[in-house]
Amino acid sequence: MTKFVKSNEAVVMGALYAGCDLYFGYPITPASEIAHGAAKWFPMLGRTFVQAECETASVNMMFGAAGAGKLCMTATSGPGFSLMQEGISYLAGAELPAVIVDINRAGPGLGNVYPEQSDYTPAVKGGGHGNYQTFTLAPASAQEMCDFTIKAFQMAAKWRTPAIVFADGLQGQMMETVELPDAELPRPDFSEWAAQGEPATRRNLVKSIFLDAAAQEVFNEHLQRKYEDMAADAMAETYLAADAELIIVAFGIASRVARTTAETLRRKGLKVGVFRPITLNPFPRERLAAAAKGRKVMTIELDAGQFADDVRLNLAKAGLGAEAANVMMIHRMGGQVVTVDDAVKAAKMILGK
Amino acid sequence: MKTIEQKGMYQKFPRSGKDTRVTHYCAGCGHGIVNKLVAECCAEMGLQDSTIFVDPVGCGVFTYYYWDAAHISAAHGRASAAATGVCRARPDAVTVAYQGDGDLGAIGFNNAFQAASRGEKFGCIFINNSLYGMTGGQMAPTTLEGEKTTTTPFGRDPALTGHPLHVCEVFNQLQAPVYIARVSVADTKRILQCKQAIKRLFEIQRDHKGYALLEILAPCPTNFRMDPLKAAEFCKNEMEAEFPLGTFRDAEKGVTPDAIGAQHQASVALEVKPVPQVASCAELFGVSDGVDAPSAVDDPSVPERRFKFAGYGGQGILSLGICVAEAARLESRHTLWFPSYGPEQRGGSASCSVVVSGTPIGSPTVEHPDVLVCMNQPSYERFVGDVKKGGIVIVDATVPITKQPPEGVKLYQVPAIKMAEDFGVPKAANTMMLAALRAFKCTGLGDDSLETALCASFKKKPQLVEKNRDLLKRAEAALIEKEH
Repeated sequence: MTKFVKSNEAVVMGALYAGCDLYFGYPITPASEIAHGAAKWFPMLGRTFVQAECETASVNMMFGAAGAGKLCMTATSGPGFSLMQEGISYLAGAELPAVIVDINRAGPGLGNVYPEQSDYTPAVKGGGHGNYQTFTLAPASAQEMCDFTIKAFQMAAKWRTPAIVFADGLQGQMMETVELPDAELPRPDFSEWAAQGEPATRRNLVKSIFLDAAAQEVFNEHLQRKYEDMAADAMAETYLAADAELIIVAFGIASRVARTTAETLRRKGLKVGVFRPITLNPFPRERLAAAAKGRKVMTIELDAGQFADDVRLNLAKAGLGAEAANVMMIHRMGGQVVTVDDAVKAAKMILGK
Repeated sequence: MKTIEQKGMYQKFPRSGKDTRVTHYCAGCGHGIVNKLVAECCAEMGLQDSTIFVDPVGCGVFTYYYWDAAHISAAHGRASAAATGVCRARPDAVTVAYQGDGDLGAIGFNNAFQAASRGEKFGCIFINNSLYGMTGGQMAPTTLEGEKTTTTPFGRDPALTGHPLHVCEVFNQLQAPVYIARVSVADTKRILQCKQAIKRLFEIQRDHKGYALLEILAPCPTNFRMDPLKAAEFCKNEMEAEFPLGTFRDAEKGVTPDAIGAQHQASVALEVKPVPQVASCAELFGVSDGVDAPSAVDDPSVPERRFKFAGYGGQGILSLGICVAEAARLESRHTLWFPSYGPEQRGGSASCSVVVSGTPIGSPTVEHPDVLVCMNQPSYERFVGDVKKGGIVIVDATVPITKQPPEGVKLYQVPAIKMAEDFGVPKAANTMMLAALRAFKCTGLGDDSLETALCASFKKKPQLVEKNRDLLKRAEAALIEKEH
């Protein structure tokens, strides 16, 4: 069964198929359709929708629901995402699975409601306090908004971590065809650690406090090992990359601009390909290195260069210092999207054509 | 040494790294007494297996070392938000949040207040000791006038810091809570009353009756800088003078606040109104949305076409775009649609973009449309210069051509608004534009697909389907005739 739906609605559909039982959220443009869909569909399936009084409340309601052993989610945009950072740190600190969808709008401050990828750092590097990370997926279509929401729940449960679906205002509002999953996922069993109000879970304690510095360090080491292991679930895709002289690296909506740019340049006989990280954390470093080794690299992004810096860091950590040093970037900010024309010009300039 | 069993508490408290039976509370602290009473009530009522405590940040943070039941340790101020999540996730459990005056009265006030206002089914035990204990005796919203704290070293001056916050009285203005009371643990008589109140709070949660708030006045000898007896006296005399004890509300027992009672019925747990239920996601989403489209099939021979539709809000611009996209889906094409959105959505003008392609679509944005449909002057002037060479502009005949399209772009002036009015259906101007798209072969899509998509767009108003089908055909015939 296919549906022609807004990506924001596809998120809710994915969540329901993934077995999400509770939605907590505060409306914000351009993410509100997610709350609208959840408000209608969660109760129809006997699940729970709560309109919270603020994003601080939303994320802490998730802390309670996840701590009680249920899959839950919220969706927001930049300003609300900022408000949630403390709570996401607590989720990570208590190792609770939960899914946060960020439909990035332009900032800083109130900004506007048009697309940016400027929440990159908090969405990918852990935006709150402490040594934590999230599992962060970057969809680029309505289909992926559905599929990656499901994936986010699976990864959140597998790694006991908050997972973030990181998209932007343009994607959120866009309608595309979505093929719905065949079946709903079974609910994971969290009774080993969750406080469920049952005899078997009576002695369970959900907490992020370690009063003793040594114990806190041991816990931090455990978290860091977990994040290293998470790299096994990194995802990426390449397009026209095998013989490319120039690799365009982009994620989310920008990866689609990259795709058209590469196609346009191929028609002109220029060897250009695309590398698209699908998970931004864990970052698919080895696959990037394989695609970029000995090539020129250009990023397309809707931020001030936070992503390009991360590409440089990952190339350098993979031992590709020269490639890292020469990463070029074309970007727009403020709610503007990089045009294919501009990306083509930039790529030609880098290729000296 | 002989261990004294304490009902509802763990046998040992490993908090300090040693297996002691000593809590972290100071001598004479009200928390210690309340902790014992809560544990007793929970155990005596047989609720340890089903209770989930939500612990605060503050002096109450370590209750999880003491109470033998499940615990969730929340962020500072957020116990009521977390408890909302817990009681919604586990409606059969007994959820009890434990908060102090900084946690509930200051940083988390709105979370607590809104949870109470929603009538969340948890009990909130609120310890009021008139200051911040854990962080070193700073002023709390509940600090008495003139009371010295580490941040009011000259005594709280209401002219600068306001008056003590009366949490019960404020919450008592709400409709949803079923129980609100203030008690004290300053002496034996009060401790016994306090236990009864805690028991009542547990009963209400056991029976899932609704939200309950129990404020407990508690001495803090350390930060009062008094010995335990003097601190208890302070609690009994000074604090009670400001915060009178009593049951403000117990709906089931007929205690209703005057202020509320005058306006509406006493609060009781409300029945949730039923909403339409479905058994599964497949049942919810598996129904056709009007267009039974096959999945897209790659066909590189089909060139990509980019469309822009623009006009005033209310002219059906967005649905015209969706109609073209749906028609493309019927032909197994890749397609996408997106609107202008945000403030401009409400400011008068509306536009949307559609891409149709035989291969997966990369960049979704439409900078150079192949086809531009404009129904008003501002959008014509804004977009006409962007149209691709060889492209088509269809503009309503009411729009003056103040600007010529780029060279090699074909311009059609279509009296869509007038035709719709002449047909007696002024709202169908967008259908007239669809007729023009079909008549002038602008979409690369079959006539049948466009017609089917148009009819499907009226799935919520089936009475308009045949009308619009008819209008589409009549308008198309008229346009073709005019063109020849």
